[in-house]
Amino acid sequence: MNTSLIELVKERFPTAASSSHTYRGDETVVLRRELLLEVARFLKEDPALQMNFLMDLTAVDYSTFGKSPSPAFFASSGVAVSPSSQIPDKDPWPGPPAEARFAVVYHFYSLKHKHRLRLVVPLNETDLEVDTLTSLWAGANWLEREVWDMFGIRFRGHPDLTRILMYEEFEGHPLRKDYPVNKRQPLIGPVN
Amino acid sequence: MFDSFLTSRLDAALGWARKYSIFQYPFVTACCGMEYMATACAHYDIDRFGAGLPRFSPRQADVLFVVGTISHKLAPALKRIHDQMAEPKWVVAFGVCTCTGGFYDNYATVMGIDTFMPVDVYIPGCPPRPEMVLDGLMKLQNKIQDQHTTGRRAAAESRPDNLEL
Repeated sequence: MNTSLIELVKERFPTAASSSHTYRGDETVVLRRELLLEVARFLKEDPALQMNFLMDLTAVDYSTFGKSPSPAFFASSGVAVSPSSQIPDKDPWPGPPAEARFAVVYHFYSLKHKHRLRLVVPLNETDLEVDTLTSLWAGANWLEREVWDMFGIRFRGHPDLTRILMYEEFEGHPLRKDYPVNKRQPLIGPVN
Repeated sequence: MFDSFLTSRLDAALGWARKYSIFQYPFVTACCGMEYMATACAHYDIDRFGAGLPRFSPRQADVLFVVGTISHKLAPALKRIHDQMAEPKWVVAFGVCTCTGGFYDNYATVMGIDTFMPVDVYIPGCPPRPEMVLDGLMKLQNKIQDQHTTGRRAAAESRPDNLEL
């Protein structure tokens, strides 16, 4: 396909995308959350797109992003994660999508056209809610429950938004950067 | 004197019978299971030690093999399995995750199953080689042989409540 998927989305929804980029061949649209459901429906139903497969749905907590230098990939070897200074990065990573603390990330794939697109929806900490995609992709159900469980992001209209990995008694959301890394909540046995 | 001779001989006979008829309950949750299967199969042949028949019911088993990472969510289920086993019973912590939590140090993983249940033999390794498992099994056999006829341990073995980490 010649026209980029980003252009198709922007053509149909001129106000939806706050930014977009193509990082190493992966097309990404950063979306305002109000239009998520409509854009997703467009992606699924438009004949030129036909994104019938929701590959992944997850979230990122950017609250500590860039606060400390990137750690060595293997602590003992000192090999850093960042690209070598000897080889300049021609296509640098565009950085976090927004100032917002959280971002919900959707990866779509079209089994018909064999193309993919990533949607990123930044969310402010004060209002962690986004529309559910269960009406369009049934597979979103458990993925959204996982995001709720790990990050505490609510999905408006979800049929059963309960924890999926952790137990009901668990307090907090463990993949948030402010969850204490040493905090333990055992169901039985001492807390250590 | 004859009485004590009889009792001690009976103890030895019972211990001998018990240690060569180990019925294990394999509680397999993770990659250690592959090494457990290797140990149980023909090449390493755990049947040489009389432990060749795993029972998949806790009522019929007398050694609980905890094989693989135990999460906090799973811990009550494991405890329940252990409670359902009839005395005399023994527990083997198979692999470093069950011994100490291994390289997991996070919100999800139990830092060693001995935080909530007694353990008789620890077999560390990630995963342990079958030779190591057989060594652990022989150590368990020695322990069974030396135990009192009832098979009960004097006091439950567990970690202290306040653990310095």
